[in-house]
Amino acid sequence: MTPRFITRSLFFFMTLLLIEQFLNGLQIGLLLFLLAAGLTLVFGIMDLVNLAHGSLYMMGAFFAATLTEWTGSFLLGALLALPATALLGIVVEVIALRNLYTRDHLDHVLATFGLILFFNELARILFGVGGMAIPLPDSLLTHFEVLPGLPYPTYRFLIIVVGLLCAVFLYVLVQKTRLGMLIRAGATNREMVGALGIDIKLLFTLVFGLGAALAALAGLMAAPITTVQIGMGDNILILALVVIVIGGIGSIRGAFIAAVMIGLVDTMGRAFLPNMLGTVLSPADAGTVAEALSSMLIYILMSGVLVLRPAGLFPAPGR
Amino acid sequence: MKMSTLLRVTGALAVSALALTAADHAAAQAKKIKIGFVTTLSGPNAAYGIDMRNSFELALDHMGRKMGGIPVEVIYEDDEQKPEVGKQKTDKLLQRDRVDFMAGYIWSNVLLASYKPVVDSKTFLISANAGPSQLAGEQCNPYFFAASWANEQNPMGVGHLLNQKNVKRLYIVAPNYAAGQDMANGVKATFKGEVVGQDMTRWPDQLDFSAEISKIRATKPDAVYIFFPGRAGVQFYTQYSQANLKKEIPLYSVFTVDGVTLKLQKDLVLDTYFGLFWAPDLPYAANQKFVTDYKKKHKDTPTFYGAQSYDVANLIASAVAATKGNLKDKEGLRKALEAANFDSVRGPMKFNKNHFPIHAIYQQEAYKVSENEYDIRTISKIIDNLEDPSAPKCKM
Repeated sequence: MTPRFITRSLFFFMTLLLIEQFLNGLQIGLLLFLLAAGLTLVFGIMDLVNLAHGSLYMMGAFFAATLTEWTGSFLLGALLALPATALLGIVVEVIALRNLYTRDHLDHVLATFGLILFFNELARILFGVGGMAIPLPDSLLTHFEVLPGLPYPTYRFLIIVVGLLCAVFLYVLVQKTRLGMLIRAGATNREMVGALGIDIKLLFTLVFGLGAALAALAGLMAAPITTVQIGMGDNILILALVVIVIGGIGSIRGAFIAAVMIGLVDTMGRAFLPNMLGTVLSPADAGTVAEALSSMLIYILMSGVLVLRPAGLFPAPGR
Repeated sequence: MKMSTLLRVTGALAVSALALTAADHAAAQAKKIKIGFVTTLSGPNAAYGIDMRNSFELALDHMGRKMGGIPVEVIYEDDEQKPEVGKQKTDKLLQRDRVDFMAGYIWSNVLLASYKPVVDSKTFLISANAGPSQLAGEQCNPYFFAASWANEQNPMGVGHLLNQKNVKRLYIVAPNYAAGQDMANGVKATFKGEVVGQDMTRWPDQLDFSAEISKIRATKPDAVYIFFPGRAGVQFYTQYSQANLKKEIPLYSVFTVDGVTLKLQKDLVLDTYFGLFWAPDLPYAANQKFVTDYKKKHKDTPTFYGAQSYDVANLIASAVAATKGNLKDKEGLRKALEAANFDSVRGPMKFNKNHFPIHAIYQQEAYKVSENEYDIRTISKIIDNLEDPSAPKCKM
């Protein structure tokens, strides 16, 4: 073997690893996008700060786990969990949140924080403290050759595909349909839409239901990887909020770009920072600094974006 | 307006005065042993706190709910797995409930945030799980005991196991908090081969390990060693299996497989390796009584968290009995605790000079009892009378 050959194969190997980590980041980002899309819709259009979005993510995952157990099929369980969570979202909107629209944001925070506690306790009563796992069918436990020499877990690849399809679906829905037009109009000027004779109450309920279904999709797609547990939505909600702050409140496009950015920054940071810092620092120091730095990267990114664009990357017009 | 304010203030003062006299009354009569128990009773890891509470209660049942003839009252508090909450609850138990003993603590970071006010008030604190190296070494304290283990001990056992299995190149993944660092250092203390990679992950909210698993695949070590307590263990095992690495690169762990996680991990943990100081099938009489009665009462197998809590209750009882219930005799209590004169579920154990146990570590495995039922069993003793490496740093 010539040195040149070794260098070249090392380069090839590093490229494959880079691509694999890119896919990992993309997959985390798209999962985050599914969650953030619903949150940004509700925030942008209804001007409602919904901290309980993470609870809908959790309930969606629990529904999917239970229905998968009953039906014996992950696909069927997933397909049934979406309308079930949408319905749950609609019930929550009608019973608890409808009366809050005229109140200020602090009241939203208080009420929806209460909902988080309520749903965590409800999940504990209904599903027990032990949590649940969704075992994947054998067909999804396989590997998929993305490139020669680069096998990638089929299920993680599926998350990427579903995430991208969902992004396209939302783009078409928001940009090309009548409902989407109303949604965009609602985001820009709620009173005017109401004045034009649109039933804004119904529109809000629909949007909230759609947001709940998106949260459920995120939850049930994440469930086979991260298992279903009480409070699983609480931590990821913070990331989803970071996404919509970076992306601009109410913007699906912003949420998409911000979520993928966060997924990539987080994964690449975890993957390569220790080695990169290792070239300038001692291995022990590099480890400590890299760990601290990679968990801060997301927030550094957010501050950077906010300095340059205080309203986020793609602020909805009229705000 | 003024009148009602005045009334309210008067009312509040009256109530608090009543409460004060009530408290004084209780203190004067001190015919009761109060134990404060801090553990995690909500969130994803609530199952462990509940297991600890169940086991502690079972131990009290076994002793007729009396220690040295004195009735026992236990006050359980939920730390939500957060250091700041654990500290608050500890202060509350110390100041408002004026407990005689403190116990519990699953998480090293929660314990490190909470232990200071306890030992400063000369109240004995007996950890039922966390065993941070700081408290075993420089910050060891006459009022602190670990009835569980020192963080490095079980990993050191796994390090020996890795040597026995002839592993040369090891990859380590653990969460980046107090216990994670100890668990990584522990395995390195005894493992003789080369550590080819180490990732410390964000704790407790990182649930996706794809970046780390990709690095493992690229590094091609002989074995991977992990520490992911509680729920994170299910996630790591799931993702490691989904990446199809389990057969290619053997997985070794500590505190990552237990009765609770096993219900979700199932087949994923079969044919993986782990080491621990205790298993439900250890043949000692105290252990058999504990496990059998626990199963009878709760229709479930206890976890090591429960076993340690059971030991804490018996350790405290042995000290109270030795001092004939004189809780003011701190010196006597300490000597009695140090003697560890009780039947531990782990079999033979004694305390080192830093108040951490010296005991054996066993290799264990998970196995399928029947369809959908899994359990943990002992394979062999890896090492006997293991001392933790921080003890020499303890000046006590």
